[in-house]
This record gives sequence, C-alpha cells and structure tokens, in this order.
Amino acid sequence: MRRLGAFVQFAVPAVLVIAVGIGSTFASSANEIYFLDALIAVAMVVAIYVFVGNSGVLSFGQVSFVAVGAFAAGVMTIPLESKTGVLPQLFPVLRDHTIGNAASLLLAAAVGGVFALLIGLPLMRLSGLAAGIATFAVLEITHNLLREWTKIGPGATTLSLVPETTGAFQATVGALIAIGVAFAYQRSRFGRLLRATREDPAAARGVGVSVHRQRLWAFTVSGALAGLAGGLLVHELGSITTEQVYLELTFLTLAMLVVGGVSSLWGAVLGALAVSGLNSFLIEAEEGVAAVDLPSGSRLILLGAIMALVLILRPSGITGGREFSLRGLR
Amino acid sequence: MSPLAAFDAQTFVDAVGLGAVYALMAVGIGLVFGVLRLVNFAYGQLVMVGAYTLAFTASWPVAASIAACFVVVVALSMLMDRVVFRPLRGQSPAVMLVTTFAIAFMLQALALMVDIRDDTIGEIATSIASFNQATTVAGVDVRKITIAAVIVAAVTLGLLALLLARTTIGLHMRAAAADFETARLLGVRANRVIGFAVFLSGLLAATVAVILTVQFPFVGPDFALRETIVVLVGVVVGGIDRLWTATLGGFAIGFATGVINGVLPTDKTVFLPSAVFALVILVLLLRPAGLFAWGRLAAAERV
Repeated sequence: MRRLGAFVQFAVPAVLVIAVGIGSTFASSANEIYFLDALIAVAMVVAIYVFVGNSGVLSFGQVSFVAVGAFAAGVMTIPLESKTGVLPQLFPVLRDHTIGNAASLLLAAAVGGVFALLIGLPLMRLSGLAAGIATFAVLEITHNLLREWTKIGPGATTLSLVPETTGAFQATVGALIAIGVAFAYQRSRFGRLLRATREDPAAARGVGVSVHRQRLWAFTVSGALAGLAGGLLVHELGSITTEQVYLELTFLTLAMLVVGGVSSLWGAVLGALAVSGLNSFLIEAEEGVAAVDLPSGSRLILLGAIMALVLILRPSGITGGREFSLRGLR
Repeated sequence: MSPLAAFDAQTFVDAVGLGAVYALMAVGIGLVFGVLRLVNFAYGQLVMVGAYTLAFTASWPVAASIAACFVVVVALSMLMDRVVFRPLRGQSPAVMLVTTFAIAFMLQALALMVDIRDDTIGEIATSIASFNQATTVAGVDVRKITIAAVIVAAVTLGLLALLLARTTIGLHMRAAAADFETARLLGVRANRVIGFAVFLSGLLAATVAVILTVQFPFVGPDFALRETIVVLVGVVVGGIDRLWTATLGGFAIGFATGVINGVLPTDKTVFLPSAVFALVILVLLLRPAGLFAWGRLAAAERV
C-alpha cells in the first residue's frame, strides 16, 4: 500500500503532463503554443520546487539558470553558416562549432548545474531574506552579463535562428524528466535530509546533517533542471532576448509554485498547469475567441487578482503543500 | 578626466537627494515589516498610484493635487492592509511576499488599462513639475526639489523618531516589532498598531510619490518599480530587523547610486550592476543580518 502511494505521487503528475502533451497534438496550430508553454512552465516550476520546496529557502535566482541554459542551447544550435554573420563577436570556440538538438539540451542542463553549484557554494550559507536578496542579486548579475557581454551571446539584441525543435514530444519528455528527477531526489536520502532541515534546522543539525551540503545538492539539481527547461524554451520559441528570462518570468514561475503549494511536487505541477491554463484562457477571452469576452488589458489584472485571492483564501496553495494521494479522493 | 575628479559638490548634492528619497521608502517598507514581518513588494505601486493621481489632477491647484495624492495613497495602503495583509498574518514570508507580487502585478496592469485609454502609455504630471527648477547655491546647481527632499526626509525621520520614542503608540509599535506575541499578551492591540504602521507607511509612500513625480514627471505603469527593488535590496543589506539599519541601508544604496551615476561616464557603466550586486552578495555573506546590524543578531542567519 505504501509503495502504491509513492507510485501514485509520481504517476498522477506524470499522467497529467502526458495528457497535456497529447492534448497539444489535437489542438489547432495556433493553440498548440499554449500547451507547449504549459509543459515548459511545468519543467521550470518543478526545477524551482526542487530547491525552494525541499529546502524552504526562497530563491529568486533560479531563472538565472533557465537563462544560461536557454542561451547556451540557443547559441550552440544556430547553424554554422549563419552564426558568423549574426554573432560575429563570439569567442571562436563558440562561433565555430554547432551541436545537435539533444546535445544542446544536455549542455543546457550541464551549464545550469555547474553554474548553480559554483554560486551555491558560498550562497547556500544564507537563509531567510538574506538568501532571497542574494539569489536575486545572482539574477541581476546573470541578466547584466548576458545582456552586455557579446562574446558569449547576442547581448541586448534578439538571439534568433535557433532551430524550433521543441514540439509536443520534446516538451512532454522534458517535463517528465523534470518530474522524474524531482521525485527521485525527494525520495532519496539527500532529499529527506534536506526536508528535515526545512522542518527543524536545529534538530537536523543536531543529528549531524550538514545544512549547507544538502542545500547545495538541491540547488545544483535545481540548476540543472532549470537549465534544461531553458533549453526547451529556446527551442520552442526559436528566438529569445534576455528580458524574457528575467524579472517577469521569475515572478510568474514563483507565483505558479506558491499558488500550487510550495512544499509538494504535485503542487508545483498543478500550479504550473493551472496558472498557464488560466493565462491561456484569458488571452483567448481578451481576443473574444472564448465563451467570455473580456476588454483588452484586463487579463493581467484578473491573473494578479486570482493569484492573490488563491493565496489569501488558501495560503498553502491549491494542494495545501501535500502530494497527490488516493486517500484524499475518498 | 579621472573618475575621482568628477566627484564634486554637484554629485554629492544629487546623491544626498537620491539617498533621502530612498531612505523614506526604506522607512515605509521597514515600518510594515517591523509589525507584520511582511516585505511589501507592492510598496512601489502605492507610489505609482500616487504619481498617477498627481498626473490626473494636474489641472487642479497644486495644493489640492498633492492633497488628493495623499488621500488616495493612504486609502489604498489601508485597503491593502485590510484586504490582503490581514488574512495573511502569520503566514510564511514566502507566501506574503508572493501575494504582494501578485498585488503589485495587478495594480500595474490596472494602471496600464486606465492609462492607455488615450492611446499613449504614460501621463505627464505638468502642474508640479515647476518645482524641478534649479537654483544656484555657491556655484552648485541645486534643484529645489532636492532641497525639499532632503528637508522633508530629515523632518519626517525626526518626527518618526520622536513618535516612536515618546508616544504610547510608538512604544506599542516598538514592542510589537521586538516580539509581537508578548506585546499582545501585555495589552498591545494588534489591529491598532498594524493599522497605524500601515497608515504611516502610506503617508511616506505619498511623500515619495510627490518628490519622485516632480523629478520624473513622466508617469507610467512601472513608475517607482526599479526604485522599489533597489530599496528592498538596500533595506536587507542594511538590516531589515531594525528600522534604523533598514533606513540607513536605503539611504546608503541611494547615495551610492547617485555617486556612481555622477562619477562614471555611461559607456563605463555597462557591467556596473554586476559589480554592485556582487558587492551586495559579499556583504550578505559577511553580515547576513545586515551591514549596520551589530551585536548578537549578526551571525544568526547563517548556516
């Protein structure tokens, strides 16, 4: 029975994601983008959850790893013949090589993970608001470097000509990998130790858990998954600017996580799908396509109001921060 | 010309003016944090709404326009407390912060919707822009509003210090900031103290709205957004647990921004944000409780 319970915790979010993936193949080509956006949002929010949910430490920096993943995968997959033309100032090693789609996603995950590990080494000593502001500083630094340093990327201009390889299949597999890794991590020894430090840091330290080391593991895993999500994102859009992986995405993904319920994987998945779904519906409604017709500009007001309302009425999120369980259905 | 040579009285005056405005915002954020443990990200939107009020009442007499700004901002501040902060009392800082994100997001979207009825983004607050003229004092161009900002900040902070030190409500607020539960047990009325802190914080937001609108009369939905983020960083770097360290942090980051903007030519500042935020990280690692927070608190937040 306990094994079944654990299986359900993984299977239900996974099946939901697969259903969204299959749904996208039935949607019109104009609507397919909504499904893909939702799947990539799942990958990003689950990545953030791995650190924020398990450690209880707020981070505004995880979108930095999405950003480096997106630009690493993007820069490395632009066809060679156009690369020297559009990005002439790149380091020669970046300019003269191009890799395939799968390799670029692996690279995105690796870059995200290594970047997170390096940053986490000093930063994981911090807790509370100090951690929040320090990780926010990381976001600012990453954004600033990506925007100004034209030897590693397009700088302030748009990175374009990236092959659009993220379709329904790749987005679904990406989201499933994120969920699978997050699930395996939270069931592992490391995940449980980190959760112990979240519940009671003093007691966890008392039985010999290194808070710093456990947080660093989660931060690195989270960074790798966020990098992967960035790779998926750039291959979905085909072009990207630094502004798309900055403040607004940080707020939106954090809001998705908190609305779903910070401390469970189920909450991360459900929050990402619910907020993306709502957002897509409101876009359609604003254009007068859906059953309800909204005046233009009202979408963001409603989105903000609904998110605030969910948090006021149910501060621990839609799922209450609990994993999916069959018992809850009875 | 070396950067140091550019650091003259002019730069100094401008930096002090900016620091004064940031200090006022820091107090507004710090007051609410003291009693609610809530970092109000939507504070900048209070300022933004104030700025819009000034822009929309530009045809009124200046005094009436400013009065309207105060009424609207303070009312919105109280409304935010009643509708948003009160149900969230005692929740985790993450939930409270993200809820204020959502509110900020909503207010910004609302402003955009009201704003674009005339098909242009942004309104110009014409009537009070005249305060932006400069006078020359001992060879230094000082904008009238800079003088006003510094005086207003000094007087406000002085009055606030008196209020906190000498009045019953001030004592209650300090007690609530130190230990809310114990303060309540000893008869401090929670709603009254929080309401008063939110009221003061609204007054400060309105003051900041007037000063910023004079300096930057072009009002858009993201008015004061960047300033709020910078002030929040300054407040935490200074030490959010105490009002004075938070205020000092706000002033310091405003002053530093002013000096850097005055001293460095723009083509040299592209990587400046990285350097500044790297410094922020360094300060937080060395002094997690805040740069100006001395004593036993200093090591508490580090693992």
